Amino acid sequence: MATETQTGAAEQGAGLAFHPMDQFIVKPLFGDGAVGLFTVTNVTLWMALTVLAIIGLMVLGTSSRSTIPSRIQSVAELCYGFIRKMVEDVAGKDALPYFPYVMTLFLFILFSNFLGLIPGSFTTTSHIAVTAVLAMLVFLTVTLMGFIKHGAGFLSLFWISSAPLPLRPILALIEVISYFVRPVSHSIRLAGNMMAGHAVIKVFAAFAPMIILSTGIGLIVTPMSILAITAIYALEVLVSFIQAYVFTILTCVYLKDALHPHH
Amino acid sequence: MATETTAAAQGHVSPLALEEAGKCVDTHGGAIGLPQLCGEWMGNQVFWLVVALVIIFFVLSRIALPRIGAVLAERQGAITNDIAAAEDLKAKAVSAEEAFNKAEADARTAAQAIIADAKAEIKGDLDEAMAKADAEIAAKAAEGEKAIAEIRNNALANVTEVAKAATKDIVAAMGGKADAKTVNAAVTARMKG
Amino acid sequence: MEGDIVQMGAYIGAGLACTGMGGAALGVGHVVGNFLSGALRNPSAAAGQTATMFIGIAFAEALGIFSFLVALLLMFAV
Repeated sequence: MATETQTGAAEQGAGLAFHPMDQFIVKPLFGDGAVGLFTVTNVTLWMALTVLAIIGLMVLGTSSRSTIPSRIQSVAELCYGFIRKMVEDVAGKDALPYFPYVMTLFLFILFSNFLGLIPGSFTTTSHIAVTAVLAMLVFLTVTLMGFIKHGAGFLSLFWISSAPLPLRPILALIEVISYFVRPVSHSIRLAGNMMAGHAVIKVFAAFAPMIILSTGIGLIVTPMSILAITAIYALEVLVSFIQAYVFTILTCVYLKDALHPHH
Repeated sequence: MATETTAAAQGHVSPLALEEAGKCVDTHGGAIGLPQLCGEWMGNQVFWLVVALVIIFFVLSRIALPRIGAVLAERQGAITNDIAAAEDLKAKAVSAEEAFNKAEADARTAAQAIIADAKAEIKGDLDEAMAKADAEIAAKAAEGEKAIAEIRNNALANVTEVAKAATKDIVAAMGGKADAKTVNAAVTARMKG
Repeated sequence: MEGDIVQMGAYIGAGLACTGMGGAALGVGHVVGNFLSGALRNPSAAAGQTATMFIGIAFAEALGIFSFLVALLLMFAV
């Protein structure tokens, strides 16, 4: 949110400055050059922080390997148990080899979401480019694995044998469409939730300096907007976790489809 | 969007023109349109995302997850061992209690036997003493009876003597002449009657 | 001039597309409400079904996401 530039507001002189989207701008950390493929940008910085946070929790936090866990170690074990149980319950026991993969997705999304809530930070998961890669990874893994494990039998996912015969081609068409729409909804759900929440906070934040412009209306608007920011921030903390959870559980559901395509 | 105000500040360049030229940021560093849809930045994001994911995946699958799994398994093992040890101790306690109960029961039966023995012994002694006392008492009674019979016989003999003498005297007083033999026979007959 | 009218139509269309999100809100509310009424009737079975509830929410929300997508496309791609 600190990515907002002060110049626009300064030039306008008076009036509220609404730049809810400026927080999503990608810019180089060093210098002002163009953003190339390997440029070190704020994306790099916040992804590196995400990686460091995950290493801190999952590796440094568990380094004592104590039987009676410390606080950090219990959190790491909680994450481990939570995702492992989810994979087992939703995708089945034979999906356990994919547990590290699901865990990677969950922890990356969870930590990106939470780090993005720090004021002034950059939310990597609010970018469709990022979430689309995550969703396409899941989609490609699931599709390839389905065909490798079941060959052409994977196509029975679309042919619902329990439905009446005349309905089956129509249902198959719907199933195929919904199958290919999966990565779209999977990625835009996460990016949209993150972007919308942050943009709303930013819009309310823009109302906060009203008291500087006009003491009369500002006395009402400024406290209201600060209260609203607080409330929405709390909601965003919840949404950050829920979206990571939903992304992960949908990954498990898709994995189950690939492992057991027969309805 | 922020585009209107910044465009007013710029004066001459329309934001739509900038957007069409493929620009994502206006001259003040503000966003044009949706930063998420800016194609210029996507390659960079994807590259760093892949780097981050690969690092996380290898750290998790090589170090963190096996370690946590081992810790959890170890804890599970420790808990199982502790429970087994507790069961063992409990079984030991139960067997110790059983041994104690058995010893107690044994002691109790032994005590009972000793008591019964003592009782029997005492009873025997008592019976013996009783029998002895009974015999003594019987002997004494027999002796007494004998003495009483003797006394009675003596008394009877005396009474007969007295009766015979009195009868002789009474007969003599009446003026008869008492034949000693007849008087004796008559008195003896009366006494029997 | 013609471009401005296209722009206007696109913006109006984007606004209209956003009404689809209201439908997604109704759907999510329906899922959670029914889950809650079921969970209050049989609380012992509720814990095992939270995951199913979230999957249901995700599927209901997916259709709202399409309207959001249409709005985005109208705003920035048309």
